[in-house]
Amino acid sequence: MSQDNIQFPEPLLQEVARQIAKFPEGKQKSALLSVLHLAQAHFGYLSEPVMDYVARLLHILPIEVYEVATFYSMYDTQPVGKVKLEVCRTGPCMIEGAEKIVSYIENKLGIKDGETTADGIFTLKTVECLGACGYAPMLQAGEKFHEHLTEAKVDELIEQYRKNPVANYLGLENHGA
Amino acid sequence: MERKLLLEHIGVEGIHTHDVYRKNGGYSAVEKALKTMSPDDVVEEVKKSGLRGRGGAGFPTGMKWSFIAKPEGVPRHFLCNADESEPGTFKDRYLMEKIPHLLIEGMILSSYALGCNQSYIYIRGEYMYVLQILEKAIAEAYANGWLGKNIKGSGFDLDLAVSTGAGAYICGEETALIESLEGKRGNPRIKPPFPAVKGLWDRPTVVNNVETIAAVVPIVNEGGDAYAQIGIGRSTGTKLISASGNVNKPGVYEITMGITVEEFIYSDKYLGGMKNGKKLKACVPGGSSVPILPHYLVCKTAAGEDRLMSYESLADGGFATGSMLGSGGFIVYDEDQCIVRNTWNFSRFYHHESCGQCSPCREGTGWMEKVLHRLEYGHGKMEDIDLLWDIQRKIEGNTICPLGDAAAWPVAAAIRHFREEFEWHVKEPKLCMTKNYGLVTEKIFETVKG
Repeated sequence: MSQDNIQFPEPLLQEVARQIAKFPEGKQKSALLSVLHLAQAHFGYLSEPVMDYVARLLHILPIEVYEVATFYSMYDTQPVGKVKLEVCRTGPCMIEGAEKIVSYIENKLGIKDGETTADGIFTLKTVECLGACGYAPMLQAGEKFHEHLTEAKVDELIEQYRKNPVANYLGLENHGA
Repeated sequence: MERKLLLEHIGVEGIHTHDVYRKNGGYSAVEKALKTMSPDDVVEEVKKSGLRGRGGAGFPTGMKWSFIAKPEGVPRHFLCNADESEPGTFKDRYLMEKIPHLLIEGMILSSYALGCNQSYIYIRGEYMYVLQILEKAIAEAYANGWLGKNIKGSGFDLDLAVSTGAGAYICGEETALIESLEGKRGNPRIKPPFPAVKGLWDRPTVVNNVETIAAVVPIVNEGGDAYAQIGIGRSTGTKLISASGNVNKPGVYEITMGITVEEFIYSDKYLGGMKNGKKLKACVPGGSSVPILPHYLVCKTAAGEDRLMSYESLADGGFATGSMLGSGGFIVYDEDQCIVRNTWNFSRFYHHESCGQCSPCREGTGWMEKVLHRLEYGHGKMEDIDLLWDIQRKIEGNTICPLGDAAAWPVAAAIRHFREEFEWHVKEPKLCMTKNYGLVTEKIFETVKG
């Protein structure tokens, strides 16, 4: 991605303005986490030029963006697939079989935790507790929670996302990667 | 006495919309407060109710509110902590998803009581779809005159917005939440100054959990005294419990404080007993941070009394033989579960979530994870068990925020109650890879590892 391509379309610029307007004058930095979610959904991941663009939008220093982008686990500073399958691995999900689900996905897609399929569609990631402990095991794809997972359900999901690989946090089409 | 104060209307079709919520008595507490009560009256009712923080700490809400500084000409802020991330806890998500206006109504009442005109709900980034539900509900509340300028002609103004996290357990700690809401890394602040004096943008700030804020609605509707009548002793009112693990009916339950743990686990009204007829091995009653209880201390205290679902009874016996109500994340383990594996899993969580500011937590959580990993995978030594004890003891109390304690307590409790199981992992390095230790007192070795 070159520096020139990095520009939100008008509707997203309006969304940025709406996020900034939630906070008092001069406190626009508070919108940073929201704007980074938008940027990641639109550009695919948070490359350095994307983070610099976000810094310009919010009138803050690039370092203020970098330190936030690298702190929070939902942000990707490296390219990922169009659909991130984030499987919860924490206690209550583990005792309900999360590890089996992870290895099932690993075998099915031929990738390990943290890797992306060659066609660039799927990234598998194990994550910590997503607040669905009573409906374990579960995974999140974009903003969707998929609960009470079984191998059959995983098959269905993968099929579905292969056909329509849109699963980011705002249902936006991914323009990156 | 059986009362539902928060989830009473949860099954009503369309209760997530303003009109249905309103038809079912919604926003009557706001009407009552704005018309007939001063802000101090609302604070007084909350004090009388005995309501305690539902996020985990159990600090009296009315007292927390009374600490807020009121310097002339400085805006104050009220924040909702919807960063629910404690493993085993998913009640706030349920409440916000199903009945978002209850939280908004509680936000209006609390902001009015504290004299705040700009309030925020900080929600964890993974709950993005819940954020959208909340934003829709907030727009409805504005459209119906419950938010904005001069609410219902009272002269009280309130703007309410939702802001998002991005995957960090630590942001559930209130000063880390404030940092994050300022658009920074979630590093907890050194206290004092407390948020009540210097919080968001250095202004006086109060942060409360979703469920705490929702509970202000029935308190205003029915009065603090009536609320205090429900429950037992200093555990007043009702509590949302998120139940998970090897039980027949996991999910979110609103319980009256003071029912027995036995009833909660085994009665059909609640969890319906253990799944597949297995035996209870252990229980973490208040989220991953609180001490694990072995089966013989779950339904009875060490003194042989019935263990109750309340702050006091779950803590009965201190950390030696008790635990904590915490956030109400109630995780049940059957005889097939491995305590060493579970403890390693939780340690990995805390290592992953440590913000890295304080050395005892940053280094200690990683060290505990490594030692537990080698114990679980048959490479441990007997000295490792004492080493773990030593590490957790040196983390506890030595960090800026309570994440250090939260990482230390589960390790300490697991060793305290299940030491033999840890030793067995050392003595049987091959067997522990294929079989589980089973129940601590009955020596069942039959369960094959999953």
